[in-house]
Amino acid sequence: MEYEVVIGLEVHCELATNSKIFCACSAKYGAEANEHVCPACCGMPGMLPIVNKRVVDLGMTAGMMLNCHINRKTTFDKKNYYYPDLPAAYQTTQLFAPICVNGRVDIETSKGKKSVRIKQIHMEEDAGKLVHDDWRDLTMVDYNRTSVPLVEIVSQPDLSSAEEVVAYLERLRSLLRFAKVSDCRWEQGSMRCDVNLSVREKGSDKLGVRTEMKNMNSLAAITRAIEYETARHIDAIVNKTEELVQETRRWDDEKGKSFAMRTKETAGDYRYFPDPNVMPVVIDDTWYNRIKDSLPEFPEVKKARYMDELGLGDFDATSLVESRAFCDVFEAAYAECGLAKDAANWILKDCANLLNRNQMTADMLSIDGRALGKLIRLVADEKVGRANAKFILAEIFAGATDPEKIAVEKGFIVSNDTSLIEKVVVDIVAADPKSVADYKGGKEKAFMALFGKCMRELKGNCNPQVLRELLLKEIDKA
Amino acid sequence: MTYTTKKEPTFTKDAIALDDMILTKDSPTTAGSKMLEGYTSLFDATVAEKLSEDYEILGKVAVSEFALGMLADSAATALDEKEIKAVVGLDANGAYRRTAALTGKVFVKPTYGTVSRFGLIPVACSGDTVGVMADGADEAKEVLGVIAGHDDKDGTSLPQEVCAAALDAGTIKKIAVVKDFTANLSAEMTAKVDAAIEKAKAQGAEIIEVDGGVLSQAKLAWAILSSAEFCNNVSRYDGVKYGYRAKGCHSIEEIYVRSRSETFGSAVKSAILYGSHVLSTDNYDKMYDKALRVRRLVKAYFDELFTKVDAVLLPACSKTDLSATECVYEESKYTAPASITGLPVVVAAGVQWLGKPLADGALLAFSKQLA
Repeated sequence: MEYEVVIGLEVHCELATNSKIFCACSAKYGAEANEHVCPACCGMPGMLPIVNKRVVDLGMTAGMMLNCHINRKTTFDKKNYYYPDLPAAYQTTQLFAPICVNGRVDIETSKGKKSVRIKQIHMEEDAGKLVHDDWRDLTMVDYNRTSVPLVEIVSQPDLSSAEEVVAYLERLRSLLRFAKVSDCRWEQGSMRCDVNLSVREKGSDKLGVRTEMKNMNSLAAITRAIEYETARHIDAIVNKTEELVQETRRWDDEKGKSFAMRTKETAGDYRYFPDPNVMPVVIDDTWYNRIKDSLPEFPEVKKARYMDELGLGDFDATSLVESRAFCDVFEAAYAECGLAKDAANWILKDCANLLNRNQMTADMLSIDGRALGKLIRLVADEKVGRANAKFILAEIFAGATDPEKIAVEKGFIVSNDTSLIEKVVVDIVAADPKSVADYKGGKEKAFMALFGKCMRELKGNCNPQVLRELLLKEIDKA
Repeated sequence: MTYTTKKEPTFTKDAIALDDMILTKDSPTTAGSKMLEGYTSLFDATVAEKLSEDYEILGKVAVSEFALGMLADSAATALDEKEIKAVVGLDANGAYRRTAALTGKVFVKPTYGTVSRFGLIPVACSGDTVGVMADGADEAKEVLGVIAGHDDKDGTSLPQEVCAAALDAGTIKKIAVVKDFTANLSAEMTAKVDAAIEKAKAQGAEIIEVDGGVLSQAKLAWAILSSAEFCNNVSRYDGVKYGYRAKGCHSIEEIYVRSRSETFGSAVKSAILYGSHVLSTDNYDKMYDKALRVRRLVKAYFDELFTKVDAVLLPACSKTDLSATECVYEESKYTAPASITGLPVVVAAGVQWLGKPLADGALLAFSKQLA
């Protein structure tokens, strides 16, 4: 008997808004505990929720990126449960009329192409965080994350292997990051995944007993968990090692095992009902079209355009479309200088270096692309030497916008005055007869030493080709 | 504590009192519950903010626990004993309307959405309304004029021009008396209703009798909706963040269970249990969702009726000798129709006068004539 695994995913992504979903508190990650809180997100009586419109913008954007139907009238509901990280003892979410339904995500694996259906996307608020202090035997609550907006993306049970799950999650992450819906950082918890899994006889149309593993936060752990659970289910069915029950399980990645948390019978009843304090959000055509018009090109469309129209190679194009920030800077720089290959190089090598040095990720590149374009043009026109251009790039990275001004101020503008270069060449050659003799004796390196000395003397401000010619001429004379 | 005097009146401004459901920064607001003993809000309710500009707020009158009780007698007592113009408080379950009817006070429950709910201890959000109790219609109208208006901090608040329009005077000429609701009253209450009808007639109003239709279902439907919302609203009082925490707990479950068990009274506990019951997966469709449908039918009933009449007379309760221990649910038969629809009501001459949405000013002008 052959078996197949059936998987559906619920993916939570924190939305990239400045403020929380129902109050004006900052939604930024990484503050001191309970710095971003107010009476509303602490669940104090008397506060009323006011919907952050930006959350609806991003919810709609997510839906459009995933080919969903957008519900033009969408409502919020309350989900009741007790937990110390949930200060009002309810979460405001969407059950009855979520913002998006019936979408599709296309993935590709070693088995070929496949469409994964999206059941729905709903908007909701995140919960706070419990901080355990084992030493003092205390549990403390941090409400900074409380009411940070999320979308939950619910797939149909269309996935049938860990490889497909990974492909789906990577695709989701790429699309949402591209549309700036979420930064989707697994390590910061801004992307999390619940895995619903069951096993059935191959070809059967009946689903097996389903278990759910909640709050998975890395692709590697998800892969291991799926493999473990699949084996456990098959073992239970074939060898009757245990009776499978519908339950929520916790994946312990260190032990490489899953453990039962709660069964369907002991699970609390969430007692959902429509939130009377939040009026239905009605999305008119103007709003809908504003979001539709703001959607980015899909990454693969961009990549094809970079290759076909701008002549980039596969590697450069692929690298650029991994980050929306790279694409934005690249396109602005290209528009300014018209040099696609150069622009790609500056971003993928020099900007990437600067990001690395500052411990920043590709998504955090936020330089003025037009300034980079101007700089590339200055280099291409041989007005600024490459070494000095790198210095200017660092200035642009720090916020500067006018490379030419920096070049003039720093004296980086390459001199067209060959008499100055000639003077330096004459002096250097006269001062170093040994190198001249070495070069004439066949040592190529000796030429580079002389060349370097001249360059240093000129502070880099000369056309290397001109210098080379003048230097060769002078050596010949010597 | 029936009435806490924060300060002596200075008589430079008129004095008013809030009830213990309206949050202020300067003094505790407890909702009459041991759970919130000593709880002081970090912010002022919008109504408190507005009132403090024009009036001296003398203090807070006591309420039954979360205003679920039969009467708001502390408010009536305060009006009688203190030099205050009005008491501003939450009409959650009809207590103010019953009390006004029995004590001869005027109470206005304005159209839902015309007075901000920001800073109100929530009971049943879809019906919670801040109202004004006073000795006469003029005082009630004056104070309502101060607190009515749009508030950006309340998502269900109506636009400013709509709120303002609700205060416009209008005429009440034709009044419906709902038959099913005037039967089965005590003799004294029947006499009150008859006297009110005579007063209306004396002002030239035409009275017609109508069938109650779906109106009798409002009581159960509102009990379902309001208990569900109440259960949800009081879940936040869990002993973790503020309010009472039971001593010597060893687990989070114990904090929850004991903190709540040791503070909430029986009316609150019943409402929590009933609210959880109607929202449970098994009962949602047949109870909660059905109650939402009944609410729409009751609204439709009034919409239709208000094409023919300007006001509807309903008694506020079944008898004049109500006691605090009697069943509030049974008496809510009379108050639930306005609670569930958010329609404006003025209690005057011992009965409720319901108007169409935004007829607050018309009802107040009319009730002034009845005095």
